Amino acid sequence: MPRIALMQGNEAVAEGALAAGVRFYAGYPITPSSEVAEVMARRMPQVQGVFIQMEDEIASIMAIVGASLAGKKVLTATSGPGFSLMQEGLGYACMIEAPIVILDSMRYGPSTGMPTKVSQMDLMQSRWGTHGDHWLIVYSPSSVQESYDLTIRAVNMAEKYRTPVVILSDETISHLREPITIADVSPTVDRRLPAERAGYLPYKTDATLVPAIANVGTGFRTSFTGLVHSDTGFQTANGHVAEALITRLRDKLLSKLDDIIELEADRVEDADITFISFGITARGVAEAVDVLRTRGKKAGSLRLVTLFPFSDDRIRKAAGNAPTIVVPELNSGQLVLLIKRVFGDSRRIVPLNKVNGDLISPADILNFVAEEKL
Amino acid sequence: MPDRKTYKIAHVRKWCKDCGICVAVCPRKVFEIDRNDRQAIVNPQDCIGCQMCVEHCPDFALNVTEDKSDA
Amino acid sequence: MKMSNLRSERLPNIWCPGCGNGIVLRSLLESVEQLGLDTDKIVVVSGIGCSSRAPAYTNFDNVHTLHGRAIPVATGIKLANPDLTVIVLTGDGDSSAIGGNHLIHAARRDVDITVIVFNNFNYGMTGGQASPLTPVASVTTTTPGGNTDRPFDLVNLTAGAGATYVARTGIYFTKHMLDHLKKAIAHRGFSLVDVIAQCPTYFGRFNRKGDAGQMIVSQKDWLVLKSVADKKSPQELAGKIVIGEFVNIPPPGPAVVPEGQV
Repeated sequence: MPRIALMQGNEAVAEGALAAGVRFYAGYPITPSSEVAEVMARRMPQVQGVFIQMEDEIASIMAIVGASLAGKKVLTATSGPGFSLMQEGLGYACMIEAPIVILDSMRYGPSTGMPTKVSQMDLMQSRWGTHGDHWLIVYSPSSVQESYDLTIRAVNMAEKYRTPVVILSDETISHLREPITIADVSPTVDRRLPAERAGYLPYKTDATLVPAIANVGTGFRTSFTGLVHSDTGFQTANGHVAEALITRLRDKLLSKLDDIIELEADRVEDADITFISFGITARGVAEAVDVLRTRGKKAGSLRLVTLFPFSDDRIRKAAGNAPTIVVPELNSGQLVLLIKRVFGDSRRIVPLNKVNGDLISPADILNFVAEEKL
Repeated sequence: MPDRKTYKIAHVRKWCKDCGICVAVCPRKVFEIDRNDRQAIVNPQDCIGCQMCVEHCPDFALNVTEDKSDA
Repeated sequence: MKMSNLRSERLPNIWCPGCGNGIVLRSLLESVEQLGLDTDKIVVVSGIGCSSRAPAYTNFDNVHTLHGRAIPVATGIKLANPDLTVIVLTGDGDSSAIGGNHLIHAARRDVDITVIVFNNFNYGMTGGQASPLTPVASVTTTTPGGNTDRPFDLVNLTAGAGATYVARTGIYFTKHMLDHLKKAIAHRGFSLVDVIAQCPTYFGRFNRKGDAGQMIVSQKDWLVLKSVADKKSPQELAGKIVIGEFVNIPPPGPAVVPEGQV
């Protein structure tokens, strides 16, 4: 029997991770994500898992990478300042194709900013925070239920595609308490292990573009390096090998968009004005759309559950034909840059930004629509 | 015929970098760096099998074993 | 030495002529062989730098990580699978500068890994810059007038941080090195061996230490066995480095770390 539980967003991430089979958590305290570590410290011993508080966020992400290479499903949680420190480890995980999941609960920045205030200022960092060309998956929950569900999905996707997955949440979702439904059993995905030791090549790939991963300590004499590597797992400076590697790292995700991308459209078909948003902001949008509809205004909403990979085509198709698109976000304009890229001059793209540490409320949106005469 | 043991010195030329450590650590002057800056085994008959050169070779390029063939 | 533990197909190694790293690597392979460890269960983890290329020549699982980050990765591996023997191969800069925080915290936690520091007193891979282990007055590319910063003493640093096995050795003293690497790897708890290696290309050349052969043989003059040093005055030990075993605390009980918690 599925059960109903009242939970905080951070607790839902921790419980979702446990339901997905995460048995290793390493982290460092930071507002507003610390409750994830606190829950894990209590829960991990109950499931024969490992909780460790590391000396900083750099160590935290590297520890989960190590545990992942040893075969565990892993999680760490942080916020902007810690996420900045994790960027080198995130790039390493992209390069060696380590399945890891990171929660970034966004707070106001840059720098220490306002630790207890919400923002959506890490959007671009979640995609481009680490150096070099790289690809990863970023999910954005808008509720406590979705914090639970998307964490399970993030763990599964990380294992399936050997990739880092970021859950880009925020201070409000992290600290929100809502009733959620918890299934008895959640569908889980395990990484593909190689069968034959003889002739094993750590990065030999087939049509899936996702190489089977030999966990360390299982006799495969495997090799991992952040350097460009051939299918042997050893370093090479061969430009052709490098190009093939980087291309595969891109294509292994971009060829699976049906599986990875989730967009939630609401009444966009006949809309004159469509809001494109994500995370906590999408909740204000949902209510504003209802109100606008009762007032006879044809409003719609497109919520990006998957933020990255970002598919221009899919967003164009999902957004309907409204001539006006409003992009509300808790930053000075990050998502709107991508939305402008998607639509070019074919639509009127209007940014709606709030950077005082408060949420964008339904009233904010209604006032904005009235003031801008949209 | 000397009645002491003799040794075979195997040198892996392709791994050797002619660094001269074997020359420096050998107690019997078995090796030298020649006029072309190349490592050379010049006095193999003096080898006492102490393994100093083997253990100090950074390149795994030396192997010394007792010569059991009838010379 | 068992050649099967060496990835000989990857030789010659990338190190400069006369580099000490290969000598440490050989001793590591010997140690593992003599300890009779299951080589399927050994994971060698490294950071960035010349020393950190060593795992690629071992026929064990190897994880080449980021600069300074080998220890947290090794910690994750060990806690995830306590059956494994986890060995970190690192350099003086990798372990004590960029990775210094991880080093002291791993020592504090007494996590059961072995850290082998290939200490050549400078950053070799980037061209011979000063590290936190560069001696005072030594010339490097970033201390052209001689180093004015005092170096860390890795032995005291890690002992102070709670390491339960700490030793120092030198590449000239191959039997001493082998003995202490074996004890460190066999030790249950955090172990560190500071191995005095050499960089003839940079540190040796800049400081007129002679060629590779002269450098390695000179260790007889400036490395002093602890048993000998214990009878000498500080004046007599000026300019010398003491080698030997400094900390060896056996684990208190059947398990240092309770299951599932640290």
